[in-house]
Amino acid sequence: MDSALAVHRLHFAFTVTYHYLFPQLTMGLALLIVILKTIALRTGDERYNEAARFWVKIFAINFAVGVVTGIPMEFQFGTNWARFSRSAGGVIGQTLAMEGVFSFFLESTFLGMFVYGEKRLSPRMHWLSAFLVFLGSWMSGFLIIATDAWMQHPVGYKVGPQDNIMLDSFWALILNPWTLWQYLHNMIGAVVTGSFVMASVGAYYLLAGRFEPHARIFVKTGVTAGVIATLAMLFPTGDGQGRMVAEHQPVTLAAMEGQFDTTSAAPIAIIGQPDTDTMQLDNPIVVPGMLSFLTYRRWEAEVKGLKDFPRDQWPDNIPLLYYSYHIMVGLGTLLIALMLICAWSLWRQHLYANKPLLWMLLLALPFPYIATTAGWMTAELGRQPWLIYGIMRTAEGSSSRVSAGNGLFTLMGFMGLYLLMGVLFIFLIHREIDHGPARSAEGGAQ
Amino acid sequence: MIQTLWFCLIAIMVAGYVVLDGFDLGAGVVHLFVARNEEERKRVLRSIGPVWDGNEVWLLAGGGTLYFAFPALYAAAFSGFYLALMIVLWLLILRGMSIELRSHIESPLWRPFWDLVFGVSSTVLALLLGVALGNVVRGVPLDSNGYFFLPLWTNLMPGSNAGVVDWYTLLIGVASLAALALHGTFWVVYKTSGDLQERSRQFASKTWWVVLLLTAAVTAVSFRIQPNIMKEFGDRLWGAIFPLIAIAGLLGMWIFCARSRDLSAFLSSCLYLTGMLTSVVFGVYPYVLPSNAAPETSLTITNAAAADYGLWIGLWWWIPGMALAGIYSFVVYRHFAGKVESESL
Repeated sequence: MDSALAVHRLHFAFTVTYHYLFPQLTMGLALLIVILKTIALRTGDERYNEAARFWVKIFAINFAVGVVTGIPMEFQFGTNWARFSRSAGGVIGQTLAMEGVFSFFLESTFLGMFVYGEKRLSPRMHWLSAFLVFLGSWMSGFLIIATDAWMQHPVGYKVGPQDNIMLDSFWALILNPWTLWQYLHNMIGAVVTGSFVMASVGAYYLLAGRFEPHARIFVKTGVTAGVIATLAMLFPTGDGQGRMVAEHQPVTLAAMEGQFDTTSAAPIAIIGQPDTDTMQLDNPIVVPGMLSFLTYRRWEAEVKGLKDFPRDQWPDNIPLLYYSYHIMVGLGTLLIALMLICAWSLWRQHLYANKPLLWMLLLALPFPYIATTAGWMTAELGRQPWLIYGIMRTAEGSSSRVSAGNGLFTLMGFMGLYLLMGVLFIFLIHREIDHGPARSAEGGAQ
Repeated sequence: MIQTLWFCLIAIMVAGYVVLDGFDLGAGVVHLFVARNEEERKRVLRSIGPVWDGNEVWLLAGGGTLYFAFPALYAAAFSGFYLALMIVLWLLILRGMSIELRSHIESPLWRPFWDLVFGVSSTVLALLLGVALGNVVRGVPLDSNGYFFLPLWTNLMPGSNAGVVDWYTLLIGVASLAALALHGTFWVVYKTSGDLQERSRQFASKTWWVVLLLTAAVTAVSFRIQPNIMKEFGDRLWGAIFPLIAIAGLLGMWIFCARSRDLSAFLSSCLYLTGMLTSVVFGVYPYVLPSNAAPETSLTITNAAAADYGLWIGLWWWIPGMALAGIYSFVVYRHFAGKVESESL
């Protein structure tokens, strides 16, 4: 890989990974806040309004960082991936432009009314502004996932005379089957992050003996949403996404699973280290037949291994892909188990006093973030060596006139700026959590 | 023809961006001069607080629309102006942070620090918007593959080896800074009262002369730098409507500012910015990025556009989408209408 290409890849990988730490929380919280506001509106219970106000402040800080780190993503399509944009802009430009026109205007308009407007608006109108922010952010998620899904599984296009890729069917682009599963899997992942953050902050307050009435709402809402969402990550969305990969990117499936040889009744590896020189999985612990069953619903089905694909079709970083996938699945399983236990305890009405479980909820806070990041790394590393699967290789898409030196300069600039922003973010979030929900009784974000 | 239609629609979005985000950028440029204390600065910030993010969306939506309609232009311009655009991104990030973070902590260090960041980032952004426009007018050294790469500066001369910044683009940058500063000042005048308003009004009436002078200068120089402008206006005389709009706006600002008709003065400034921008756009057409190396490598509305099918389909979502966006803007501006009072929220 020549060094300019490596810099362009790292540039996008770094900025998008950092960026997505924030929208995954805001998209998840948007739904949870709508739920809190709905309960407040229907029961008239003021504690739910206070709980919502607290989370609006956390939401607003996350949203601001999400917005400012999101703008560089749109720019980088042109700055660092010019040849890709020139060729495919006529197709994915549709969904990218629609995101701007349909989602960003909606979100930004009603966020202002949602964050600043509670005093001026009637409860119903304020609920509506919360709902519209939720709608805008989930629509934004759809349109950006549709863009990524087209790169994973291009549909509805034809190749023009100068190798430019032209849109052939708008509805094929929007209704790409890959989009459906990836969207559901991703958005429910955002709900998992939102639920864990809410439950985790609630657990912290309960353990610290502060803001108990609100903390109970946080734990109850977080665990209830969390148990549904973590289970839905596995089935049907994770399963659906996995079968998409198996059908359209079989070489990626083999690399994710560390499956070097074509076998029937293929096992699934729980742990093991892929060695691409000796072409085997070292120290494997496996569940026999499981991969065949999950992929084809038959225990005896044959799963093709890496050795039976041409080497130039292999993802270019198999160990990282393999570990990303296994970290996602491993942490996902852990999160399901924790949420099931907490939900059971909540139902039996022990949870608020169960210190070990509350500690586990508190300490689990980073895991949904790590699992989500690992999931995205699985998707994007799994697409390699293609930028548009089967059509354009990653090496053919970068900006030819932007040198490694210029790329590294701006990458380091972003690293410095994002480090500063990360410190400020943690500082401000810590302050809000320390002040807690009680202070927010007067309303507004200031 | 569909490419010309999209050229016009994108020009509308760019004008929308400049008029809307222009006033909050301008407010950032002048707030250190016209607001003398914490209370006044807070009022300036509150006048843009609920709307600045929505205004900036015009940049994102306009960029997205440009990407979809003219992908070859987006690819060439964004990779060619690589360093300048990355600096724009850093400034947008710092500026967004300064507006959002300022209010969180009351401290004698925290707020003045973010005020300075807000002022400096707004100033450099207002300057760079003009520099960008200047580059489009002057042209860039496109190669036979339709790409170029410009260093930030070379010898500051607008020749074929010019960088992003030369004396011509810098002049446009200064003009843009002055015009947006004035635009932002009229916004502050319109949204505030008392001393702050009076001081801003005086600041506006002085800045107006600077804008008048710079407008005359950039107009004269631009005809020499880009001969296509003269040709376009000569071929289609009806295009004179655009500079006339700008002149009407310029006069309107002067007349309404003197009579303290603040909303009319602000709207005149909107008219002026729109007139200036559309004049440039009209003069550059049918180019979208002229080449100053070899004319045949220039990007035009035809060779930079996406395929026809996609462009036609795009109208089906763009028109209702932007109509909705217009309704949202109306709702939010009406909701936050009126003067920003001292300690109301």
